[in-house]
Amino acid sequence: MKLSKILLATSAVGVATAGLAYAGGHMATGSFTLVSWGGAYQASQTNAYTNPYSANNPGVEFVWDESSAEAVAKLRAMNEAGNLTWDLVDVVASDALRLCDEGLAMEIDADEMLAPAPDGTSASDDFGDLLVGDCFIPQIVYSTTFGYRTDMVPDGVEPPNDICDVFDLETYPGMRSLESRPINNMEWALLCDGVAKADVYDVLATDEGQEQALAKLDTIRDSVIWWNAGADTPQLLADGEIFIGSTYNGRLFSAIVEQNQPIGMMWDAQVFDLDGWIVPAGLPEDRLARVMDFVNFATDTQRLADQAAYISYGPARLSSAPLVGNHAELGIEMAPHMPTDPNNAKNTFLYNYEFWADYRDDIDAKFQAWLAQ
Amino acid sequence: MARANSRLLKTNTSDGDRMSDTTNSGPMLAADGTPLKTSLARALRRQKLRALMLIAPLLAFVVLTFVVPIGSMLFRSVENQIVSGTLPETVEALDAWHGQDDTLPDETVFQALFFDLFRAAEAKEHTKLGSRLNYERTGLSSMFRTTGRGIDDIGEVFQDWLEDADPAFKDGITWYEMLSGTGGEDLIQERRALWANMVGEGFAGDIGFTLSGEIAALLPQTAAAYSDWAIYTAVADEDVVSEEDPWEAVYAALALDLARPETAFALTSYTGVGARPLANAIAALPSLPQIDFRAAFIEENDGWGNIENWQTIKIYSPDYTTGYFLNAIDMEKGLEGVNARPENQQLYIKLFVRTMIMSLIITGSCIFLGYPVAWLLANLPVRSANVLMILVLLPFWTSLLVRTSAWKVLLQQQGVINDILVWLGFVDDANRLILMNNSTGTIIAMTHILLPFMILPLYSVMKTIPPSYLRAAKSLGATNWTAFWRVYFPQSVPGIGAGSILVFILAIGYYITPEIVGGTDGVFISNRIAYHISSSLNWGLAAALGSILLALVLALYWLYDRIVGIDNVKLGG
Repeated sequence: MKLSKILLATSAVGVATAGLAYAGGHMATGSFTLVSWGGAYQASQTNAYTNPYSANNPGVEFVWDESSAEAVAKLRAMNEAGNLTWDLVDVVASDALRLCDEGLAMEIDADEMLAPAPDGTSASDDFGDLLVGDCFIPQIVYSTTFGYRTDMVPDGVEPPNDICDVFDLETYPGMRSLESRPINNMEWALLCDGVAKADVYDVLATDEGQEQALAKLDTIRDSVIWWNAGADTPQLLADGEIFIGSTYNGRLFSAIVEQNQPIGMMWDAQVFDLDGWIVPAGLPEDRLARVMDFVNFATDTQRLADQAAYISYGPARLSSAPLVGNHAELGIEMAPHMPTDPNNAKNTFLYNYEFWADYRDDIDAKFQAWLAQ
Repeated sequence: MARANSRLLKTNTSDGDRMSDTTNSGPMLAADGTPLKTSLARALRRQKLRALMLIAPLLAFVVLTFVVPIGSMLFRSVENQIVSGTLPETVEALDAWHGQDDTLPDETVFQALFFDLFRAAEAKEHTKLGSRLNYERTGLSSMFRTTGRGIDDIGEVFQDWLEDADPAFKDGITWYEMLSGTGGEDLIQERRALWANMVGEGFAGDIGFTLSGEIAALLPQTAAAYSDWAIYTAVADEDVVSEEDPWEAVYAALALDLARPETAFALTSYTGVGARPLANAIAALPSLPQIDFRAAFIEENDGWGNIENWQTIKIYSPDYTTGYFLNAIDMEKGLEGVNARPENQQLYIKLFVRTMIMSLIITGSCIFLGYPVAWLLANLPVRSANVLMILVLLPFWTSLLVRTSAWKVLLQQQGVINDILVWLGFVDDANRLILMNNSTGTIIAMTHILLPFMILPLYSVMKTIPPSYLRAAKSLGATNWTAFWRVYFPQSVPGIGAGSILVFILAIGYYITPEIVGGTDGVFISNRIAYHISSSLNWGLAAALGSILLALVLALYWLYDRIVGIDNVKLGG
């Protein structure tokens, strides 16, 4: 009883301060918990989003929680405990879909809540197809692709430039690293086992197709190190443990450009995926107003373009693309390092959210059983 | 305590006096006249209570942080109320369907499904159910998601028809006035309970609407659907019922009510509010679109025409299920009992066995490596023993993650150990040893990490074995080996027992080290549990796996007690 009264009182005070702040012309005050991935990615968000926002709203104090990898489970636990401590959460699109399905993320009306493009194009047109699901606010397009050791390419052989080179142990001997989950690996395996790109998901939906993909992976199985964290592959490449491995393109960018490792990019059959915000469902009014004010700012055309100056991920808005400039510290042109650059995006996949939402449990069970053999 | 004792003392003496002459005249009495037995029991009870109060904080802490979470975890592994909570009427209607032959459930099931799913979709609960059922059968997640999106369309047909029959149905107020009255409180109560079951909140409070019992008898489905809508509108949306327009489901319910021949007959004598629009609707019955919810559902998603999807819903409709436990031992529930899973999905038994075997190997190597170290510690002079002790404890104080990552640097193919071996010429540069990302890596790293848990109990037991025993054995003619094996070793067994239990039980639940250095064949069951907690969100399965692991540990503990005897375990002195 007492507790609820205290809560009521504090939220009343909260509403009152929010009201006062609004009257003063600033929407947002107080501390604000953002959840992200840490590392270079979070740094790019600090530089592009929160620093400029704080400059305009000195009352806001941002607190970062580097929990995005466990965001789905943690949000579910918070929801069950009835104690929501996060204000805004950065997740990949597939997690956003699941949070939305679970009722843990708030539904978004893009045109109402997000800023239009500078030329007046509505937000929903500007983001276009990238607004997957009902709850997801996209920020960036990233890709899962391959990096290889340039000094380990055998003499007299072209560097790998085809996804099937990963499966070609004769021409390109050495260890590989792949993510220890079926997503992406199954698609690549089918693609290199003669399945046409357009048919990949139809084939993968059948038991025979799944067997076929696993059989193809079986051919390189003894040469694969399976990774769990995005940082594993760059580390394995830097240590010379593997010849070629998959990871997120931004990780490879920083290994190549910022750390000068002898690593080359292999963009063929890269899989595009999206990362963005979700607003946890059930935020109290005052906190929600503050969050929406920030989201509106942080996902406008300029802010998304700014982020690309710190990390090689493509902005999710069409209108941001022309504004992408040079790297903020190194001064190099960012466009050629973007997964969406025409030279890199000759052959691409888009993560099939609908398919994996359905098949993930089933194929994962088979994949893990196969791994454990 | 002192006071109680002194009183007991007094009773004793006075009893002693009395005993001599009143031996057979009844129970012994204390000084205040109560029987001695009662008095003693009371004093002891008070002592016990006082002792209990001393440990009460700890007890509460243990209950709160240990018993309750474990209990809730055990509960989660069998709990399955989501299906009957979200689709209560469908589950009831499915009772009559056995699913053995190749016929889909009949129209009544699909009708129930329409109203259940409509409610669920409004409250955004249908996707939760979809994710839950997708663990059992692929495709159900999107089936529920897409159908939830299109379910308005199924009802809209009837809305259009009713509004054509009488435009008054367009206004929410028509509905409100028609259904308002008294006598329908029971139904409202019933529908509140349905909401509360599904959403998990109280759904109490005034809804600004009371149902007419007369209409509820005339138009039962309409009354139910309208009540559902009214409760949700008032409680969840916090809107005023009389000002809002009802859901499409309410229109569909009225169409269903009107389509029943007896309703038309009963309505001829109805003169209450809304009699005119109802009469108009009856008159328009010939133009009522065909009622075929089954076809409508299959059009939304053809999964509803798949008999196996329905079988899954039926199998998982009870409130409690053994399904998670069966999944956890590579079995699955079918309509006719329990089957083994297809071979290409069998995983967990293998992981349990691997976890057990590797934990045993790790325990064995800890004994092998720890015993000599503990012996040294116990027998060296104090000064050098202390230095050695610090060396044992130092890694113990270092972060687990750091130690494991350090092993990564040492063990990898281009790592320190391989480099040294290549430099020494023991290993060819082209065939470097694979020491990690497999079970070898897990065993090496975990042995090192758990070693202190073996050495410390061993040391504390060995410290208490008097060195004179060994000397005595030798002076009586024993060889070094016999003296050790027959005299020293048996006395150190309690230390081995304690260390083994500690190391084994810690190893069996280890997660982080296998995850980092285990690759694929060095991971434990706990890694799968972690996956189901944080990635797949299948907490029921994770709970079942955890419960089995807990049961295994308890069983092994019991076995250990039977064979070695838990009294023989010593952590010190």
